[in-house]
Amino acid sequence: MSRTRSLVNVARAVAGRSLRHAFTNPALLLPGILFPLIFLVAFAGGLSAIDDTPGFDFPSGYTSFQFVFVFLQAAAFGGVFTGFAVARDFESGFARRLMLAAPSRAGIVLGYVGASLGRYAFTTVVLTVVGLLAGMQVDGTVLEYLGLVALGVTINVVAALFSVGFGLRTQSIQAAPAMQLPVFLLMFAAPVFVPLELLEGWLHAVASWNPLTAILEAGRGFISGVPDHPWAAFGIGAGLAALMALWALRGMRRAEARG
Amino acid sequence: MTGLLGQIGFVAGRSVRRTLRQPGILVPSLIFPLFLLAVNTPGLQQITRLPGFPTDNYIDFAVIGCVIQGALFATTTAGSELALDIESGFLSRLSLTPLRPAAILLGQLAGAVTVGMLSTVLFVTIGIVFGVQFDAGPGGVLVLLALALLVCTAFGAIGSLMALRTGSGEAVQAAFPLLFVLFFLSSINLPRPLIEADWFRTVATWNPISYMVEGLRSLIVTGWDGAALAKGFGVCVAVIALAFWAATASMRTRMARA
Repeated sequence: MSRTRSLVNVARAVAGRSLRHAFTNPALLLPGILFPLIFLVAFAGGLSAIDDTPGFDFPSGYTSFQFVFVFLQAAAFGGVFTGFAVARDFESGFARRLMLAAPSRAGIVLGYVGASLGRYAFTTVVLTVVGLLAGMQVDGTVLEYLGLVALGVTINVVAALFSVGFGLRTQSIQAAPAMQLPVFLLMFAAPVFVPLELLEGWLHAVASWNPLTAILEAGRGFISGVPDHPWAAFGIGAGLAALMALWALRGMRRAEARG
Repeated sequence: MTGLLGQIGFVAGRSVRRTLRQPGILVPSLIFPLFLLAVNTPGLQQITRLPGFPTDNYIDFAVIGCVIQGALFATTTAGSELALDIESGFLSRLSLTPLRPAAILLGQLAGAVTVGMLSTVLFVTIGIVFGVQFDAGPGGVLVLLALALLVCTAFGAIGSLMALRTGSGEAVQAAFPLLFVLFFLSSINLPRPLIEADWFRTVATWNPISYMVEGLRSLIVTGWDGAALAKGFGVCVAVIALAFWAATASMRTRMARA
């Protein structure tokens, strides 16, 4: 069997198992959908008056403005939940048996990331339907909306690789808060409620350097039909994905060394 | 064993010691609200430019969000501690002693309420350091602490009720997101008259958390607002009375079963 073929076979088996596990356990699937929905309702519904704030001139309205944040946040946290699955598999002993049996260890990492994308696809559909029902205005073309989806996919892959690397190193579900915290901090240190220009104090300084700001602004550009440096955002996303892939693969080597 | 007060003191001492020995309970209830305050204050400062917004400094408005979040953590603290006692069989052993159900229930809340009040004092202090001014003056700080005590007790009582009904710490933890939804669906981020979405304003108007928030917040942004305070205290007393009534009934059933 060629290396590529065994990589794909292992990835498919791991992703299939993880997806079956997620879709047959509502307790695992629901938080990834419910939390973004709560944020969408709370932010877009409760803070819609921001639309009237002097200086706020997002053309598609506040619901669309917030939808992009929630959409990308769901991608990030959906990715982080993948690390929980890795940690659980190590705690139950399944991951060690898997490492003994799998001809391609990189395929294991790829499989977990594939499962993350599968769950995110489901979340994307639910969030989009709820967003449209809540009055989200999409002024971009279908292609631009797909651009937003592609940004979500990128964030999901980055977060999944990060958390898989973390899970492979810690091999304990008790590290779950430590996996979530950096992602949570990065997400909220971006222009969540108002555009970057309207942020004040330390948050403006931090958000100006936060790589997620460019991705968030590009996403908002896609939904409003006024693209805002999309290639820079995809470049940042690709760079982060490459870094996190290295982190995850080195995590796999460490897990192998631990036996 | 002495009277009811002595019994409450006995259980409360154990509850406070046990809770304060767990940094895993203390740290998230302090860090998470402070992080949201640090992010929301510069992020939502622009909203104070809306006509009718009651203050021009968003931290005046936002600091109460921390107090309520601290109280929300009291729900899970109180519920989880009681659920642990149920799961470990400690409550069954207590039922063999002359302790009254009401004493156990009130005493068990002490740990959670202590953590809630410690976090309230910390949040208010940090708020004052960063420019929060009480329109009601120093007396307003004392009334805020009194109302916060009732808010923590109300949420703690809800946590105890959940624990007694389910007997499971996991179920109590799982209910936390539901309370978090209620927290967001209140007037926590904007005054109710400024909420534009009709359905959201209606939900916030029926949500008891809005009245707790508005009572506490009035002392900072309005001064002495009798109506807001009366509603805040009234809602807390009603929630405490209902939760205790239901929890005491559940406790009696559990102790009779044991």
